[in-house]
Amino acid sequence: MSTPVISQFPYRGDPVAPVRLLEVDGTLTGGGGSVPPMDDEQMLSALWLMMLSRAFDDKGTSLQRQGRFGTFSAVRGQEASVVGSALALDPARDWIVPQYRELPALVNHGLPLESFILYFSGHPAGGYIPEGVRLLPIQISIAAQLPHAVGLAWGLRLQGLDAVVLVYFGDGASSEGDFHEACNLAGVVKAPVIFFLQNNGWAISTPRSRQTAARTFAERAPGYGFDGVVVDGNDLLAVYAATRAAVERARAGGGPTLIESQTYRLGAHNTADDPTRYVAEEVLDSWRDRDPILRVQRYLAACGRWNESIAAKAQEEISQTIDAAFAAARAVAPPTAEDLFLHTYAELTERQARQLREYEMPATGPANG
Amino acid sequence: MIVTYRDALNQALREEMERDDRVFLMGEEVAVYQGAYKVSKGLLSEFGEMRVVDTPITELGFAGVGVGAAMVGLRPVIEFMSWNFALLALDQVVNSAAKMLYMSGGQYPIPMVFRGPSGAALQLAAQHSQAWESWLAHIPGLKVVTPGTPADAKGLLKSAIRDDNPVVVLEGEMLYNTKGDVPEGDHLVPLGAAELKREGDHCSIITNGKMILVALQVADQLASEGIRVDVLDLRTVRPLDVPAITASVRKTNRAVVLEEGWEMAGIGAQIVDTIQRECFDDLDAPVLRVHQADTPMPYAKNLERAAKPDAAKTIAAVKKVMYVAN
Repeated sequence: MSTPVISQFPYRGDPVAPVRLLEVDGTLTGGGGSVPPMDDEQMLSALWLMMLSRAFDDKGTSLQRQGRFGTFSAVRGQEASVVGSALALDPARDWIVPQYRELPALVNHGLPLESFILYFSGHPAGGYIPEGVRLLPIQISIAAQLPHAVGLAWGLRLQGLDAVVLVYFGDGASSEGDFHEACNLAGVVKAPVIFFLQNNGWAISTPRSRQTAARTFAERAPGYGFDGVVVDGNDLLAVYAATRAAVERARAGGGPTLIESQTYRLGAHNTADDPTRYVAEEVLDSWRDRDPILRVQRYLAACGRWNESIAAKAQEEISQTIDAAFAAARAVAPPTAEDLFLHTYAELTERQARQLREYEMPATGPANG
Repeated sequence: MIVTYRDALNQALREEMERDDRVFLMGEEVAVYQGAYKVSKGLLSEFGEMRVVDTPITELGFAGVGVGAAMVGLRPVIEFMSWNFALLALDQVVNSAAKMLYMSGGQYPIPMVFRGPSGAALQLAAQHSQAWESWLAHIPGLKVVTPGTPADAKGLLKSAIRDDNPVVVLEGEMLYNTKGDVPEGDHLVPLGAAELKREGDHCSIITNGKMILVALQVADQLASEGIRVDVLDLRTVRPLDVPAITASVRKTNRAVVLEEGWEMAGIGAQIVDTIQRECFDDLDAPVLRVHQADTPMPYAKNLERAAKPDAAKTIAAVKKVMYVAN
């Protein structure tokens, strides 16, 4: 049977069981004859982004421990969820509205890795999105980006564009009023928005069971007048297919979709958190077996597209990419006293000009020096 | 031309929407119902439902939608039916609109307006009778204007819509029906410029928003007793027109600050700080403040009257700083 799996969406089957296309052992759920929604080349590109993300997580966490990065949230465990969804968008017209745990999506969409490094080094230039890159800045205020995404979609439609907006948030953010207000508004105006909920099991130490009594997060969507779907968030193919279907529907004027990507945070909430105090080791172990990167590697290995020497070459390339980005970030001049005041308003105010004269800044040094 | 404050705001919206098709109006009841206070009268039929947008009852939601739309180059005007309802949206106003430019390293200006009535009307009680200017003026990244007359309402709103920063426009519910002369044509009032609404040399009354009406009444009454006061209307409370304040106080050597809100951390405290720093040697008396009683607004008519700043309290303060008997 070789039905294109994308026709499974919108999903009308069991509302609780997540859609899966790629099994933990790397075989296709539909059997050998089914056609995956990505070809091998696309899967290799996706895998490269997932591995880049994993390597950057390790680097970022280590730099935070040395005091060279601020508080940093790793993607670890959620790579398929982030990469699969981002690859379903067209960077030349679609927008991503991030939270703060989506590094590979931002890189794929055009954000230079050095921007991300500058951001977490505390440099004001790190918040700047280069011209033509359709991204909003990282959002730290939980769930505040959800109404922004609806407004962005509204504004793009007002300008006559056929762009789609994908907004990332988590299971914790879904308990904020912003989520309800954004979903309700998006439903009312049929905004071309994809609400991409990464249910990673935890909001810092608050478990998923304390966020909602609903069976799934996706089941809330019909209450707002649009579809919700649950996917296995550690399955690159299922995430990609579900997001593709939602993108196509939004682009055709069909309005929003809520995708609940069921994944698992394999590390801390951020570098200020110690999950060993609340996550049982055996639970973590069960999710390590379902690692989204291993799953793709197993599939590609079975196709003859992945082996130890290819893996070593990829790791080497990734290290070089990260090192080059750090070198580029280091070359940016450190912030000055003027940077302290710049961009509070479109223009420097008289009050700020007075304070700028009164402030004495220490001699220039690195942003996190 | 003599028009009401309401119509002056309506003219401002219409003219700016005609001038720039990036401007749109969004809020509760703004389209079909034409606004809870009829400020958006006629706009839906003129500009259509894509530019005059009714929303569900969702202040946080549509404030955030405005921020998002501003980030793709539109110039949203968000109407709050009352600034008291806007408390639900303050995360979007304070944490998103006011900080986006700064946190994006200058990438994303937020050229938007948040507007609606603020302050007390009559017997609307504790939750609906609050003046918010000191809260909002505290935030770097926001500009805050408080028009007290129809001319200022039109001129400040037009300037607010054209400004590249998020601007908070605090209107007065009791002002919508007031009338005044509004200059013909493209009338703009610059943000950050106070105006001397009455000239005198005995004492300065520094005020803003609808308190300007009280101050002018006070000026008339004191004039009949031979006391001539400067009435300085701040018009914009952030950025504050410091030169206008110091010029008036250096002339009169005495000042009373009249504000609608509470005393604690109020706008008046900022004015007094400015005066003591800039005009310490010019003062012939301590600066006094007239403000609301330090309580939630009572519902009872007599208690509400007692709680509000008014002409009698202001006259008593002026006479006190002039060391004359009341």
